[in-house]
Amino acid sequence: MKISVYRYHPETDSKPHMQTFEIEERPGMMLREALLEIKVQDETFAFRHSCGEGVCGSDGMNVNGRNCLACITPIAELKQPIEVRPFPGRPVVRDLVVDMSQFYEQYRNVQPYLVRKDPLPEQEILQSPADREKLDGLYECILCGCCSTSCPSFWWNPDKFHGPAALLQSWRFLADSRDQATDERLDDLEGPYKLFRCHTIMNCVEVCPKGLNPTKAIGHIKDLMLERSV
Amino acid sequence: MPIPHRRFDALILGAGGAGLNAALRLASADLRVAVVSKVFPTRSHTVAAQGGVNAALANVLPDDWHWHMFDTVKGSDYLGDQDAIEYMCREAIPTVYELEHAGVPFSRLDTGKIYQRAFGGQSQNFGGDQAVRTCAAADRTGHAILHTLYQQNVRARSHFFDEYFAIDLIRDDEGAILGALVLEIETGEPLVIEAKATLIATGGYGQVFRTTTNAFINTGDGMAMALRAGVPLQDMEFYQFHPTGVAGKGMLITEGARGEGGFLVNADGERFMERYAPRALDLASRDVVARSMVTEIREGRGCGPDKDHVLLKLDHLGPAVVHQRLPGITDICRVFLGIDPAEQPIPVFPTAHYAMGGIPTDRYARVVAPARHGPEEVVPGLYAAGECACVSVHGANRLGGNSLLDILVFGRAAGTDILRYVAENPNHRPLREDYLEPAIARLQRWDRTGTGESVHVIKADLRKLMEDHCGVFRDQETMAAGVEKLKALRARVDGVRLRDHSRTFNTARIEALELDNLVDVGMATILSALYREESRGAHSRIDHPTRDDEHWMRHSLYSRADDRMDYKPVRTKPLTVESFPPKPRVY
Repeated sequence: MKISVYRYHPETDSKPHMQTFEIEERPGMMLREALLEIKVQDETFAFRHSCGEGVCGSDGMNVNGRNCLACITPIAELKQPIEVRPFPGRPVVRDLVVDMSQFYEQYRNVQPYLVRKDPLPEQEILQSPADREKLDGLYECILCGCCSTSCPSFWWNPDKFHGPAALLQSWRFLADSRDQATDERLDDLEGPYKLFRCHTIMNCVEVCPKGLNPTKAIGHIKDLMLERSV
Repeated sequence: MPIPHRRFDALILGAGGAGLNAALRLASADLRVAVVSKVFPTRSHTVAAQGGVNAALANVLPDDWHWHMFDTVKGSDYLGDQDAIEYMCREAIPTVYELEHAGVPFSRLDTGKIYQRAFGGQSQNFGGDQAVRTCAAADRTGHAILHTLYQQNVRARSHFFDEYFAIDLIRDDEGAILGALVLEIETGEPLVIEAKATLIATGGYGQVFRTTTNAFINTGDGMAMALRAGVPLQDMEFYQFHPTGVAGKGMLITEGARGEGGFLVNADGERFMERYAPRALDLASRDVVARSMVTEIREGRGCGPDKDHVLLKLDHLGPAVVHQRLPGITDICRVFLGIDPAEQPIPVFPTAHYAMGGIPTDRYARVVAPARHGPEEVVPGLYAAGECACVSVHGANRLGGNSLLDILVFGRAAGTDILRYVAENPNHRPLREDYLEPAIARLQRWDRTGTGESVHVIKADLRKLMEDHCGVFRDQETMAAGVEKLKALRARVDGVRLRDHSRTFNTARIEALELDNLVDVGMATILSALYREESRGAHSRIDHPTRDDEHWMRHSLYSRADDRMDYKPVRTKPLTVESFPPKPRVY
C-alpha cells in the first residue's frame, strides 16, 4: 500500500514536497499505525500523536482532502493512493506539525470556564438531568482543531473570527445552567467578526471526529443575541 | 552559546490533573508558576480516564469516608500508608465539590446531585454490601476534569510552556532541587527554568509494556529524572493490569462497564467470577479479577479461535444504559472492533494500566528519600504528585476511581505545601553552571553521529521483554532471566545513534530521551519484583503464592546507583482513627 505524505523541514527544504512510502497493510489498521511505520522507515518524519483512541486530539491532519484524526481513521476506508497533509491554513512547523497557537488563543478568548457569582454552596450546585443533557454534544470537544482548520471563515480571518471550536465552547458555558456570565459572554461576541463571520458552510460539522455540531451551537448563540436585543 | 535562564517561584513538570490542580492553587495565590508539558495540556493522559472519581458523597446509597478508607487499605493489600489514605478519603468529598464548582459537567441524578456508580472493591460499612461511590461524567470523567482544570488555569493565568520536554532536574551540592533543564520541542533550544520549588507530575510509564492502555507519551519521564537525581523509586513491582483492555489492542474499557452491570464470561459462557469472588463477583479488586481471567485462559477456557481472551457482556443492559452511560466505550467498540457493545460482547484481556509505585512522598507531596537521619528525609524543593508519585495510597493494588482522586487531592496538597515552602524560602538558591552539566551531557549524548542501533528497535525489545518477564503471574526464574536481558539491553542503549540531528520539532530526539527513561523505570520494576518473595496485590508470585506480612509488609526502594534495593516500613497509623490491621483479603 502506498501513502504519500507532505514533507517540509525548514532547516533543509526551500519548499515542501510529497514523499511516497510503501507500507504493509494489516487488517483493522488505523492511519496512525501506518504513519508510525513510516517513522520506522524514516525517523526524520514528524507528526504529533499520543493516546491512539481519539481522546487526546493530537493527531489531526488532512487526509485525501479532509481533516481527521489519524488514530481513528481506518486505512481500509481511505481511497488509495492516500495523501496526507498538514491542516490547511496553519503555518507548517515541520512535515505534518502545524503551529496551532492562534487556534488556542481563540479558545482562551471566549472565557472557556464556568463563572459563578452567587456564593458557592457547601455541596454541589444542583443541576437537573435535563439541564445537564444540554451540555452533551458540547463538552466532549477534544480541541483537535479539525473543525476550525477546515473553516474558510477561519482561514481568511483567524485573528478576528473565533472559529467553530472556540464558539462551541462559548455555547458550552452559555448553555450551562450553573453559569452566571451570559451577558458578559454575549457582549464579548458583539461585532461583525468574532461570531458573525460564520456563514454556515458547515465544514466543521462534516469533519468533527467526535460527531459534534459547532454550526448548531453558533446558531444558538446568534438566537440568544437576537433574543437579548429585542 | 550560554543557555538562557528563566526564574519562577514554582516549576511544575507535567500538565495532567495533578500538575494542573497544583498550578491552579499556586496561580490563584499569585505565585509565579511555570507549567512545563511535552504536549498541549489537554493532551495529557488524564484525558483518557473514563469511569470516575471516588468520594463518599452518599448521593445514591449511604456512605462514609471511613468506609472508603477501609476499602482502600484492603484494596492496597495492607501496603498503603494509612495516614495518607485517611487524608485522601476525607479530602475526597470537598475535592469533588470544588471540581463541580469549577465547572466539571458531572452526570446527574434526578435529585440534581452528582451521579455516582458502583466500582470495584467498594463496600458499605467496612466490607458489607456494595457501595456506590464513583462520581462520573458519563464515561469521560478524566476528559471532563482535565479540560475543566485547564480552563480554570486559563482564568488564573498560569504560565504554560507547551511542548517543552524536561531533560533533568538541577540539583545543588546539598541535594536541593533548583529547577530543571528543559527543551523547547519546536525550536530544539534548551532552557533553564529556575524555581524555589519543583513539582514532578509527569504521570505513568505504561509504554514500558507492549500492550498497554497508556498513551505514547507515558514514558516515566519524571520517575527517571528522580532516579538520576539520586532519589529512589518506591514499590515499583506493583504494576496494575486492568482486567478489561481490548484484547490484543489495549484500549481501556472502564470498570464502570461492570459497575453498570456488565460481567465477564469464559468460553463456556460461564460467569466465572462467581467462583473466584462469590460476593463481589465482577466488582472484586482489579488484581483479583485480572488473575481470575488469566487463570481461566491458562486452564483452557479462553474465548476465540486461540482461546486467548474472555468476553465482557453488556448486551443484557439494553442500548439505553450502554449508549447513555457508556458513550465513549460504545465509540471505542464501534471504531476498533466494529461492534455495538449493546449487542455483542467485548473481547478483553488484562492490560498494563497503572503504576502503584513511584517517587516516594509524604502526604504533603514532598519527596522523601533515605538520608542520614532516616528513610524519609525531605528532599528540599522537590515535590511529586499523581501516578509518578508513591504516597502511598494505593499500596500493592489501586482501586478503580482512586487515581483521579489521588491526582486531585495530592496535586492540591502539593500546591498548598509549596505555598508554605516558598514563603519560608523566599529566595532562589544560587545556581552554579556546573550543576547543569549532567543534564546537558544527557541531552548532548544524542548528538553523537555514526552508525548504531535505532531507538525503535530497542524500545520494541524492551516492551516485549517486560511483557514476557514481568506480567500478571511471576516467578523467580522468569524474572531473573528478564533482569539479565534488561541489563544487556541497557548496555545496548549506549550504542544507539540518531540519524536525525536537526533542531526543529525533532521527535526522534524526544523519543530517544524517552527511551532512556523507559529503560530506567523498567529496571526499577523488574528488579523490585524479583526481590519481593511473596504475593501481594498486583504482584503475584507462582513460587511464593501467599502474602508474608512478617517479612514483606514493607515498602521497596530501588536506587539507580548499583541497582540497589532498600526497604522501609509501612505507615500503619492513620491520622485520627484506629489502624486497620492486615487481614486475609477476600471479596
